[in-house]
Amino acid sequence: MSVLAAAVFNLNHPAHTVDWEFIHLSVANVVVIGLMLIVFLLAILLPFPGAARRAATRRGERS
Amino acid sequence: MSFLRPTDDTRPWSGPYAPYDLIKELFIAIGVIALLAIVLTVLFSSPDDPPSTIAQWSRQQPINFTADATKELNGTSDTAEYGPPYNHNGEGQHAAFLYPQKWLGVSHPIDTTNDFVLGPLKTVTGDPALQSAVAAYEAAPEATKKAWGEAYVKPLEEYETASEEGKTPPSAVSADPATGAVTVKATGAGPVPTLMGGLLALAQSGGLDGDLLTSRQFFQTDYTKPLLFMADGGLLEKRAQEQHLLGEQWGMMNETGSYPGQAWLWLYALWYQVEPFKASENADILVMLVMGVLSLAFILIPFVPVVNRLPRWIPIYRLIWREHYRAGQSA
Amino acid sequence: MSATSPPAAPSSKSWTVRTRERAVAALPPEKLLPDGQPTYVASWIYVFGVASIAALVVIVASGSILALKGPAWWHYTGIGHFFNSIHMWGVELFFFVMVVHLWGKFWMAAWRGGRTRVWITGAITFLVAVPTALTGYVSQQNFDAQWIATQAKDGLNAVGVGAFFNVTNFGQMYSWHVLLLPMAVIALVAAHVLLVRRHGVVPPFSIDDRKAALASSSAAGASSTTAPPNGSPAPPTSTETPPPGSPPPTSTGIGS
Repeated sequence: MSVLAAAVFNLNHPAHTVDWEFIHLSVANVVVIGLMLIVFLLAILLPFPGAARRAATRRGERS
Repeated sequence: MSFLRPTDDTRPWSGPYAPYDLIKELFIAIGVIALLAIVLTVLFSSPDDPPSTIAQWSRQQPINFTADATKELNGTSDTAEYGPPYNHNGEGQHAAFLYPQKWLGVSHPIDTTNDFVLGPLKTVTGDPALQSAVAAYEAAPEATKKAWGEAYVKPLEEYETASEEGKTPPSAVSADPATGAVTVKATGAGPVPTLMGGLLALAQSGGLDGDLLTSRQFFQTDYTKPLLFMADGGLLEKRAQEQHLLGEQWGMMNETGSYPGQAWLWLYALWYQVEPFKASENADILVMLVMGVLSLAFILIPFVPVVNRLPRWIPIYRLIWREHYRAGQSA
Repeated sequence: MSATSPPAAPSSKSWTVRTRERAVAALPPEKLLPDGQPTYVASWIYVFGVASIAALVVIVASGSILALKGPAWWHYTGIGHFFNSIHMWGVELFFFVMVVHLWGKFWMAAWRGGRTRVWITGAITFLVAVPTALTGYVSQQNFDAQWIATQAKDGLNAVGVGAFFNVTNFGQMYSWHVLLLPMAVIALVAAHVLLVRRHGVVPPFSIDDRKAALASSSAAGASSTTAPPNGSPAPPTSTETPPPGSPPPTSTGIGS
């Protein structure tokens, strides 16, 4: 189909799998799960903008 | 307040509020997520493997089709012996004293002998030999039908087993690559070879797909019959194996091709790989019960001992609220 | 201009008045749409709730376009396939951000302070989203739909659900997918968000009381709590900064 040819990366081939003991996960799913863990860690580690505004609020300089 | 709630020292916030534009945040989020979805679409598109048809199955795997069609006629296929909601020929699964499959009854009756075989054959015109074979089969006593059916299916099952095990299949069964016809050397099969030959031809012509779908009415959106018939056979399973969609391949988490699938089904898929579920005939109901209990526990985490204490014991919260604690607002 | 110009009596029998007064009491405008958040809302983990809503918007919008043209369209036109792809990636993003949101809320023990129903509605939303996705997968009308339907039927039949929820019945599955289950998800998300607005974002654990909290019993049956009955944020005192730009909160709010 023409639109599939238009995709930059063609994923229409049987998946590669990550295998360990009885666990068999597709690479795509492992990537998704890995990204979720990385994003969660980044979300709690990266500083959130507006720290100066919040500090000013705490000091009572803003109303 | 419920007496089940654990000790909760959370006090209402009486501290400062900083400006925070929720509506702007919503629009930014929609923009970001929409952009991500579009970028992923442009990069990867989405899968759309075309569906299998009974015509394709009967042409690509004529022996497998014939073997399964015979079992449908005999009432020994997976669908025929499934039990509720399709028929009363099995009890279905159970867990201890729980038989919900049986209790909910037959809501979608399927009689494989008539619905999948004899009914469609009766619609074939211009083949008097076929119609008299149908009549002869219907007129015969049950014991005779059973004997005919078993005589015909036995070499076919031996062929299938040998193929699965990678051994040389018996020569009693063969398929003509030119015509797609299947020949089974079986004695005492009565009119069954004619019936199966007729059904194979009907399937290969594409007539069986439509026949199974519109047997009751012109407009139809219920694909149960053609799907169950095909699922009893080998084509869907062959394609599924190639796409890593089988149960033992953790298939319920997967998508066709190399696309991400349903990662959120990981725990559901996991149980089927471990005992006692793996080898159990009642694996489905057992896994569903376990997941039901766990889902209820998930909903009720605030009331679940130990689990509801984990956030305090493993202080990830110190990272999340580090600015708040540093500002000396811990009291 | 209200038809009842003089304020209604407290024991008004008008359903309209009683509904309005209850709604406004529970969620006065400045609580429904506050322009400030407590200063402890200072982490990227907090954006994953609104990201989940955003993903739901993308799913419903792309799904609406697919519904406009019917289920066969996306198989034979490039533009149809484009919107189907957006719908699929929207779903992947939805579960991605929703689960990260869930992880964050768990580690914050966000059910504290009378917010049990917030947790419950959120958990049920996730559990309803799973069959919503399933009905979508079996409505694709391609090989994946054939396989998923013929496999999923076994699990559903085993627990008796298959008797009235037939995954091989495309017409039924399409109706559940396009109408019934999205309505359920949207209703649950609305309830969830309104409860968050009502109770406010959960405050941080109190460090001083942490040792006391750890020492206390965690078994079901513990009954003491120091939170006020409905756990909503107390009105700021005169020494604290009220939410910027909002009028002083009243117990009944405006609108009566």
